[in-house]
Amino acid sequence: MRFELTPRANVSPVARALAPVAAFITSFLIAGLVIWLMGRSPIAAFEVYVTQPLTDPWSLQELIVKATPLALIAIGLSYCFRANLWNIGAEGQYVMGAIFGSWLALATHGTEAGFWVLPAMLCLGIIGGALYGLIPAFLKTRFGVNEILTSLMLVYVAQLILDYLARGPWRDPKGFNFPQSVTFDPAATLPPILETGRVHYGALFALTAILVTAIILGRTLFGYRLKLTGDAPRAAQFAGFSARSTTLAVFAISGGLAGLAGIVEVSGQIGQIQPSISPGYGFTAITVAFLGRLNPIGILVAALVVALTFIGGESAQILLRLPLDLTQAFQGILLLCVLAADALVSYRVRFVTRGGGK
Amino acid sequence: MFSRTIFGVLAGAAALAVAAGGAVAQPKDKVKVGFIYVGPVGDHGWSYQHDQGRLAIEKAFGDKVETTYVESVPEADSERAIEQLARTGHDLIFTTSFGFMEPTLKVAKKYPNVKFEHATGFKRAPNLSTYAAKFHEGRYIIGQIAGKMTKTGTIGYVGAFPIPEVIAGINSYFLGAQSVNPNVKLKVVWANTWYDPAKEGDAAKALLDQGVDVLAQHTDSPAPIQAAEARGKVGFGQASDMERFAPKAQLTAIVDNWSDYYVARTKAVLDGTWKSEDTWGGLASNMVVMTPYKNMPDDVKKMAQETEAAIRSGQLNPFKCPVYGQDGKEIECKGNGALSDEQVLGMNFYVKGIEDKIPQ
Repeated sequence: MRFELTPRANVSPVARALAPVAAFITSFLIAGLVIWLMGRSPIAAFEVYVTQPLTDPWSLQELIVKATPLALIAIGLSYCFRANLWNIGAEGQYVMGAIFGSWLALATHGTEAGFWVLPAMLCLGIIGGALYGLIPAFLKTRFGVNEILTSLMLVYVAQLILDYLARGPWRDPKGFNFPQSVTFDPAATLPPILETGRVHYGALFALTAILVTAIILGRTLFGYRLKLTGDAPRAAQFAGFSARSTTLAVFAISGGLAGLAGIVEVSGQIGQIQPSISPGYGFTAITVAFLGRLNPIGILVAALVVALTFIGGESAQILLRLPLDLTQAFQGILLLCVLAADALVSYRVRFVTRGGGK
Repeated sequence: MFSRTIFGVLAGAAALAVAAGGAVAQPKDKVKVGFIYVGPVGDHGWSYQHDQGRLAIEKAFGDKVETTYVESVPEADSERAIEQLARTGHDLIFTTSFGFMEPTLKVAKKYPNVKFEHATGFKRAPNLSTYAAKFHEGRYIIGQIAGKMTKTGTIGYVGAFPIPEVIAGINSYFLGAQSVNPNVKLKVVWANTWYDPAKEGDAAKALLDQGVDVLAQHTDSPAPIQAAEARGKVGFGQASDMERFAPKAQLTAIVDNWSDYYVARTKAVLDGTWKSEDTWGGLASNMVVMTPYKNMPDDVKKMAQETEAAIRSGQLNPFKCPVYGQDGKEIECKGNGALSDEQVLGMNFYVKGIEDKIPQ
């Protein structure tokens, strides 16, 4: 006996919409079972994991702060993934954006440079990320090099360049040789939206990127072109869409948004250059992009959900003394359930009993 | 304990003093103590030892304390976790990695009534203390043992990152080895991680392949000493006693003993006597502890014990002057007969005889 997946002819939109909900419920049931087996209360865990972060103003802010870089990077990645181009190197583009933007922050440090510094930094961040994203795109269009490998390997190059800068030329001369730069001047710091809060303007950039992307994908020729290039490359060619320029364009967009996320995070959150400036946002964003099914609104929701699992996981450690491993296991269960629910909506599972035949 | 007052000048400190001044310390019936760890509790090295300190607090005060920890907190994303502890009623919070310095400072400013303790950093505030241990004292002893035990004349060192604490450790190790074996050679490999058993193990194997037969490490997992054990070579445990991972290879281990300090600081909060301080403890204050010397001849063991006693009593300083830089020039002696604390804490040069370059 074996399973067979056959595509469903007509997928009802209701089923498609309900699939993630079912996935959530299933993953909470599985996680609840694990927690119950550990001798803890699953209800208290749900409370700490979900209810509290979503009702407490402080946690809500933190949720937005954490979701901002994820959403920015993931929305950029959705351009690539829609065109069936696999940019795995957003982490590197994020770092390169941070490096480009921080250069200006450090170059103007201690001077009277005014309001133009911050916008210029953000632009440099976008340029840095875009240029870095164009390297694998160029290698692919010019020499046919697999973009998965090059974009991924360039991550390590970017991280080592950052490491070099933090330990070498950009090291704070008064920092007792510790590997970090001076803290940025106020003119180079992305301010919070509300004076007392932690949510900075990066959240607005992410929202804007999502809205603009929704319009581009739904209402423009470029959006149609991406979809066609991804779904039917030959048809796209016949339609006169150049695969080369599509590749370059989506990598530039994706890299630029990752670069923006990088400089936003450094100037809004960290406030200085350190050898490590990301807990793996560029990779987590790949998950976010797929959880959101490459749909702009879906990505917004997915970024918030993934951020919630991080924040809920920390609360669970603090308030319930549940180990970190459980949080990570839960993230895995959630992703698996969402993907499985998607598959079950699009495909029918059949048990095939083998007769006496082949 | 030393006071590093020179480091204490901070922007905003004055404003903070006013803010903190409003809350005069009161004795408490019960305290909540929180910990932020950079690695997993199960690293059997750095974070594991801090967690042993947490358990010591629980043991010492029973019902009067409640402890919490958050593990594997990325340094670039730690502010939220620290603030979570501060806003959930914790009275005393230990952040146990250098990279938590700026976030700890930020949160400390926001929560003037909560006491913070940051390990291995140099920024303080009225409600933020710093503490670190003089591991280089232990490294001088293991250097001497390595100098005696090596047959190939080449000893090795797996470093994490070229920050002053690690550089000072390498220098002290080499000066110790040189003091008993003038021709000894040292090879260093940088793992560029604090905790990554695979990378640490690879770094160790690279050293063993180059003829190293005594291995020291300044990374957190037992992988390097396990690699030495597998090849029939010897080495030293780091941060915690790693004998169970390498019973034949471990000559001794430099153990970070945070328990006494954590218990004392918790007591200070209970008594209402907590003050912002800077603590730099070594063998003498039991913050650095050597595990029993094993797998070595009696004369080497005796030498190690004598050196340990001499450092403990203050007779011997690993960085006693004259100290020569790699170029052979004497380093200016700013301390009393030895390099000053500031020179050790900001060390970014190798001593004469190390045939390696500090990555820049």
